[in-house]
Amino acid sequence: MSEILIEARKVTRILPGIVPVTLVQDVDLKIVPREFVAITGVSGSGKSSLLYLLGLLDFPTEGDVLIRGQSTSRMPEDERARVRLAELGFVFQFHFLLPEFSLTENVGLPMRALGALSAGEIRDRAEALLDSLGLADHRSKRPDQISGGQRQRVAVARALANDPPVILADEPTGSLDSKSTEQVFQLLRSLVDERGKTIVAVTHDLELASRMDRQVRIADGRIVAIEKATRAHA
Amino acid sequence: MNLVLDIAWTHVRTRARQTLVAIAGVATGVGFSIMMAALMEGSQDDFIKTLVNALPHISISDERSRPTLQPGEEAFSAAEIHGLTPAVRRRGIKNPMATMAALEAWVPGAVTPSVQSKGLLRYAGRDVAVSITGIDPRTEGKVSALIAQMRQGSLPALYRATNAIILGDRLADKLSAKVGANLTIAGSGTIRINGTVVGTFHSGMRQIDENSAYVLMKTAQILENQTGLVNEIRVRLADAMAARDVAQQIAAETGYKSVSWQEAQEDLLSTIQVRNILMYTIVGAILLVAAFGTYNIISTITHEKARDIAIMKSLGFNERTVRRIFVIEALLIGFVGAAFGWALGYLLCRGLGTVEIRTPFSDFNYLPLAYTIRHYLLATLVALVSSMVAGYFPARRAAGVHPVEIIRGAT
Repeated sequence: MSEILIEARKVTRILPGIVPVTLVQDVDLKIVPREFVAITGVSGSGKSSLLYLLGLLDFPTEGDVLIRGQSTSRMPEDERARVRLAELGFVFQFHFLLPEFSLTENVGLPMRALGALSAGEIRDRAEALLDSLGLADHRSKRPDQISGGQRQRVAVARALANDPPVILADEPTGSLDSKSTEQVFQLLRSLVDERGKTIVAVTHDLELASRMDRQVRIADGRIVAIEKATRAHA
Repeated sequence: MNLVLDIAWTHVRTRARQTLVAIAGVATGVGFSIMMAALMEGSQDDFIKTLVNALPHISISDERSRPTLQPGEEAFSAAEIHGLTPAVRRRGIKNPMATMAALEAWVPGAVTPSVQSKGLLRYAGRDVAVSITGIDPRTEGKVSALIAQMRQGSLPALYRATNAIILGDRLADKLSAKVGANLTIAGSGTIRINGTVVGTFHSGMRQIDENSAYVLMKTAQILENQTGLVNEIRVRLADAMAARDVAQQIAAETGYKSVSWQEAQEDLLSTIQVRNILMYTIVGAILLVAAFGTYNIISTITHEKARDIAIMKSLGFNERTVRRIFVIEALLIGFVGAAFGWALGYLLCRGLGTVEIRTPFSDFNYLPLAYTIRHYLLATLVALVSSMVAGYFPARRAAGVHPVEIIRGAT
């Protein structure tokens, strides 16, 4: 029995308002190490909302999210921030890099926030990460000086900064052309296969989803199907 | 460098245009507050200085605080006596030399005697009623500004002619009397003497220049028909502001009426208080407006960074760290802005100081300005506090927002 990295228990998220909107309802989900999970569904189905809940970016109205078996529903915000920093990496549809900082600095930010490494070590590691993603020539450029696909790869590098076991990706290829999409997908794939990361990615691209290990299909905030991918995984 | 400082520094450094606008905003507020404060306080100081210089700090006069006891009252203390005509006493301060010597021993300042007299000056068929003051030219200069106010002649010239007299310059014009003119001085009694004009003075206060004349004490005593008379002792203190206390002490020791300049000018001083309130209201209002300007600019910058705040939070920065970044940015802008504001304020003051003004009522030709570190510190304090508030509250709001709301908004 392998360890469970993230577990959602009866998670429900309702947006309060005059007409309350149910984003996610009664979701049970377990994410195990070294798997590449796709969350799919039509837009508005609640797939991104579920990802934010799994990533502790949002609070469930009911239910609980456990990270490595630890309940987070009663965790103070600072500690949730700490868990995000150390255990989770995020990649969004838009790169969300800080525009004033160089690529190396952007990748270094989570490491500096965590504060475990010295300034020199942080720079070395940030540069090594950028190099390994084929961005060696762009280290000191700023985000607006590189292409969309490159930016998304920097975002992946930043997600890897503190070497978290899990990476959560929200439409990581949503704003990319098909060539860049393939590059970023291959990058994510290799992170799972070669570096032993676990990735949960929201996508509406069913072709991409079919090439992941498991597909969780969402409709109206509920899980309607969980399918093992056709592709055999070593 | 510290992470928080590094991010704050990078933000203000890379958004140069915005930072400059913000700094300029703070600097303008600080600069103009300093200028207004200097102007208001400067004119105030100047006003008081003119007032204090024109008058003795303390004037001790021969009026007793109550009529002297009558012989009947002394004999029958229980009896109440009506209808007495008080005995006429010789006017003047008794034994003035001894009194002055006693005062000189402990009063921190200079002391000079004078004789007050009223008289009529007649020259070339013109009569002008004036107040004539008999002075001692050797000590007068230590107490009043008369020496500096002399336009023609000098104080010692009083010794060089019989019944020499120094006129206010407007008085001299009125009489059309020049230095060297012989005029008639009529005292309050039947005394009438001939005098010689030996000089003129100009105090800058119209009333004094039109109505006053100085003679030797001896001459004034002749006019009053009372030898040895001294009816006023004037004191100039090293510290003008201590006049009230010293005056009370003198009254207690000598028993003579002793009036400080503050008491003598109570009505003017109450006007000054109104001015004070006015001044602090204006300076306060300017500081407040400057504070709002600072708040506005810095809170705008912080609001624009709401997306970055969401990004940092989603990465796992905690709220405190994010807030601190923006407060430090605001303080950086506040500090640099205040520093430029000091320069601006100083230059504005220097600029205003060269503005020449002409008025028929007074002599100062330039705007009086007060240069005091207090104004600079006050303006800086207000700028820093308002910058900090301007950075803190929007940052707290932005940091309190769930990053999801902003990330959702962006997608």
